[in-house]
Amino acid sequence: MTQAFRLAKGGLVDRSQTLEFRFDGAAYNGHGGDTLASALLANGVRMVGRSFKYHRPRGIFSAGSEEPNALVELRRGARQEPNTRATMAELFGGLDARSQNYRGSLKYDLLAVNDLFSPFLSAGFYYKTFMWPKPFWEKLYEPAIRAAAGLGRLSREPDPDVYDKGYLHCDILVIGAGPSGLSAALTAGRAGVRVILADEDFRIGGRLNAETLGVNDMAGSDWADATRAELASMDNVRVMTRTTVFGAYDHGVYGAIERQTDHLPHSSGKPRQVLWRIYTRRAIVCAGATERSIAFPDNDRPGVMLAGGVRAYANRFAVGTGRSVSIFTNNDTGWRTASDLSAKGVPIAAIIDTREISPLAAPRGAAVVMGGRVTGTKGRHCVRSITLAGGQTIECDCLAVSGGWSPNVHLTCHQRGRPQWNEDIAAFTPGGDMPFGMRVAGAANGIYSLQNCLADGRETAVGILDEFGLNPPADDALTADEEAASISAFWHVREGKGRAFVDLQNDVTVKDIRLSHQEGFRSVEHLKRYSTLGMATDQGRTANVLGLAILAQASGKSIPETGTTIFRPPYTPVAIGAIAGRSRGKEFRSVRKTPGHRWAEKNGAKFVESGLWMRAQWFAREGETHWRQSCDREVRQTRASVGICDVTTLGKIDIQGRDAAEFVNRVYSNGFAKLPVGKCRYGLVLREDGLVMDDGTTARLGENHFVMTTTTANAVTVFRHLEFCRQCLWPGLDVHLISVTEQWAQAAIAGPNARKLLEKLVDPDHDISSDAFPFMACGEISVCGGVPTRLFRISFSGELAYEIAVPARYGNSLMAVLMQAGEEFGATPYGVEALNVMRIEKGHATGSELNGQTSARDLGLGRMMSDRKDYIGRVLSQREHLVREDGLKLVGFKPVDTAQELKAGAHFIAKGKEMTTENDEGWMTSVAWSPNLQTSIGLGFIERGDSRIGETVIAADPLREKSIEVEIVSPHFIDPEGERLRG
Amino acid sequence: MIINHPLLGPRDASEFTYLGDASLIDRPDPEADDAAKQFHDYVYLRDNPVGEHRELWFHEHGDRSWLVVTRNTLTHEITRVELAKDVAIARGRRR
Repeated sequence: MTQAFRLAKGGLVDRSQTLEFRFDGAAYNGHGGDTLASALLANGVRMVGRSFKYHRPRGIFSAGSEEPNALVELRRGARQEPNTRATMAELFGGLDARSQNYRGSLKYDLLAVNDLFSPFLSAGFYYKTFMWPKPFWEKLYEPAIRAAAGLGRLSREPDPDVYDKGYLHCDILVIGAGPSGLSAALTAGRAGVRVILADEDFRIGGRLNAETLGVNDMAGSDWADATRAELASMDNVRVMTRTTVFGAYDHGVYGAIERQTDHLPHSSGKPRQVLWRIYTRRAIVCAGATERSIAFPDNDRPGVMLAGGVRAYANRFAVGTGRSVSIFTNNDTGWRTASDLSAKGVPIAAIIDTREISPLAAPRGAAVVMGGRVTGTKGRHCVRSITLAGGQTIECDCLAVSGGWSPNVHLTCHQRGRPQWNEDIAAFTPGGDMPFGMRVAGAANGIYSLQNCLADGRETAVGILDEFGLNPPADDALTADEEAASISAFWHVREGKGRAFVDLQNDVTVKDIRLSHQEGFRSVEHLKRYSTLGMATDQGRTANVLGLAILAQASGKSIPETGTTIFRPPYTPVAIGAIAGRSRGKEFRSVRKTPGHRWAEKNGAKFVESGLWMRAQWFAREGETHWRQSCDREVRQTRASVGICDVTTLGKIDIQGRDAAEFVNRVYSNGFAKLPVGKCRYGLVLREDGLVMDDGTTARLGENHFVMTTTTANAVTVFRHLEFCRQCLWPGLDVHLISVTEQWAQAAIAGPNARKLLEKLVDPDHDISSDAFPFMACGEISVCGGVPTRLFRISFSGELAYEIAVPARYGNSLMAVLMQAGEEFGATPYGVEALNVMRIEKGHATGSELNGQTSARDLGLGRMMSDRKDYIGRVLSQREHLVREDGLKLVGFKPVDTAQELKAGAHFIAKGKEMTTENDEGWMTSVAWSPNLQTSIGLGFIERGDSRIGETVIAADPLREKSIEVEIVSPHFIDPEGERLRG
Repeated sequence: MIINHPLLGPRDASEFTYLGDASLIDRPDPEADDAAKQFHDYVYLRDNPVGEHRELWFHEHGDRSWLVVTRNTLTHEITRVELAKDVAIARGRRR
């Protein structure tokens, strides 16, 4: 294929390298160094997509990351990526792109009918139209809108690429490698500080590549190349191309995305993109400026482009954007586009300048209209002619528009900075309140002359070196060509018919902005949300200032009085995959396994997540097909003989020091000061607001040594709380804490044969008979010939039970050894399901009952609140509503018809009363099938529950349409006297 | 954010857990006549200043120190970082 619009010579593309690519199925050729946009233009492809709302034909508008129109789908299959800016997509051989947002074909889009309805689709259309009738929203309006809306399509397949994250540190981060950035980086690099220079482009140089201005008697692009080479040779400088610094965060931290393989046909297993977190002492924003358009009727037709973009295509990519180009400008830079194009052999049809000044030098043959205005364009899929205010028609196939330049102040606003209006250049420049350590140089600071940009970059770097106490390197006095840049603000053409677009990506017109104002949306922020101005993926980079100026005119105020919208990260879109990095699938978060995990796996355990922990839920034996079969067997066998459960996940906190007893006594609501050495006690931890935080058993291993256990879920919270008490409340207590959850593997051995089993393992010098080691005893012993062991005689199941703890490295063999010793008793391992059944049968509270809203009295544990000492939560636990007699009480429940199944979450309503909030008396917290009682049983809170035993109420469950009659019973379903556990 | 730990130097804020107002150090006297009111205020009432704020951060993924960080709530500028234990002692807390 011929590249009909490729200029005969010049440009920074590699003509020796021809790359074939496809767009909408057709094959084209481009060169190395092209973007998809420049290659399409070289082939004369003018129309590349349809607009978001009206489905109007759209063409390439710019040559940079601000592109609002040329969004394409790139690649195929799972790697298909929608909404890719063609101006940023680097061309590679085999690139496959498709246009977006049409039905049928790009040229004959069925949804282009929207354009005919445009009088009805103005600002606020959705808010006004789809209000009535209400049921239509879900069933009709929303599905129809969703089907028509959106730009590109997702592949709907998992992303096959890899993304990485990295951390970088530097003294100075230079953002943008145009003239100011290069000058700043060179100064800082030569001074020896650590510099990172990042640019979103794949080629260093910024405007030096797009224009024809020279530096130090070299072509600008050659100077940029030479500077890049010098910087790359410095060990203290890291030059990062294809890297967008997208966000400025607190304390000099920046987010950047580096596209590592997007310019290659395949990622070949390498990370496609890397999300960098860059820690800096200082940063210099050299992000340049973005050109903006002028609003005039039909200014969205393909072929209407930003003048700076047209200039970049000619100079950098050697592409003529038309056979005959006209210029519409309110400033001097439009004229420079004309002369550059003309020098490359592209004919200039006319220069229309809105200013009433004497014309600048124009190329031969170009008509010059001063004080002129473009009032319309014609052409079906591309501009063919333009009309001027005087009625004059000019034939041309490209109109280059320049409405002036807006400094890229985005990063300066990411904390709380607000840009300020600068009348001289008709643009916002960075205001105060910039992020920590940030400086701005060059065009981003409103300095447009090349010579001054180079000087500003250097001076800014010198200023920072001075703050560091360093001397600047010798000034090599860069000299550059100059060009005029004066401007006289002109925003939109009032004459002519047809819509004048402001925001091309969201199809917002001058009329929409006026309408918003008329309807009362007068603040910029309201205008933005009502009209959707600046809310598309380009964040209105070419549109915001223009929209603001039109709003200002409508309200008769100045631009600074009207305000400005500020910017949030990211500067340009960042793929979610890059933010996720490697945290996908199994790597989404870390997994904690107990030392006995491998043993459990081998023995048929099904696991359940408990926070980060994996806990055995039940152990399926051969022939068991339903979890209930396994669970029921485990419960029955434990209560009949003996069962073994891995309870390593309980939090364990080692507490030592002369004041350890005093400390424990203050954090538990019940007394611990007089707990004898060698004994355990169940304790309640309250929050300072008087409600229960957690419960657990604490053992006193020595005069000054305690081991506290917490629930699995609250291990971290309780430890944090204890450290708070120790460091912030009682810094004078001699006590130290350390979490030993992972240091000890712990197993519960429960059932009538528990002692017989254990005795087989305990070394002979330790006596664990009931007399020597009674209920609630604890001690440091040894098992299996010298393995150091902590033994606690505590019971969660209600059976004769022990918890045995060994150093974690013995954890896996502990399970095997216990099961081997238990073989003669038919010992069974049991999981958290059986554990839960047994604790409900016993009336013990866990997470569902200790939910952060319940008091000790609610739980029936009022007697555990000591009145002989102060403890955390004591004062507020005595509040009126927490001690009322008619408060909630934890009790047990059984269905009256034992064939019925209880449901957790059901609410209790007195019989014969309506199911209303007013009649709500409490709720069911936990339920289980008790294989011992052969009925469904439950625990729950109900008003005055302890005095209503025997009463029947309705457990209402209207959501699941199951409301049944239940009897209030004691929460202790099994062995209420506690004879078994003392046996 | 970066918190300059008095013992460990600059650390990323992601290593810390935030609690809130450093006034939580000043647990009231439970024996006071108006203890209930004082504890109510202590638990539930907080100032929410624009500007300088002293607050408690816990170095959970680090050395487990509680710190009192003086941070400007408007700019996030951190002007002072102290060990909460030292602050507590300076405010008269002992045993």
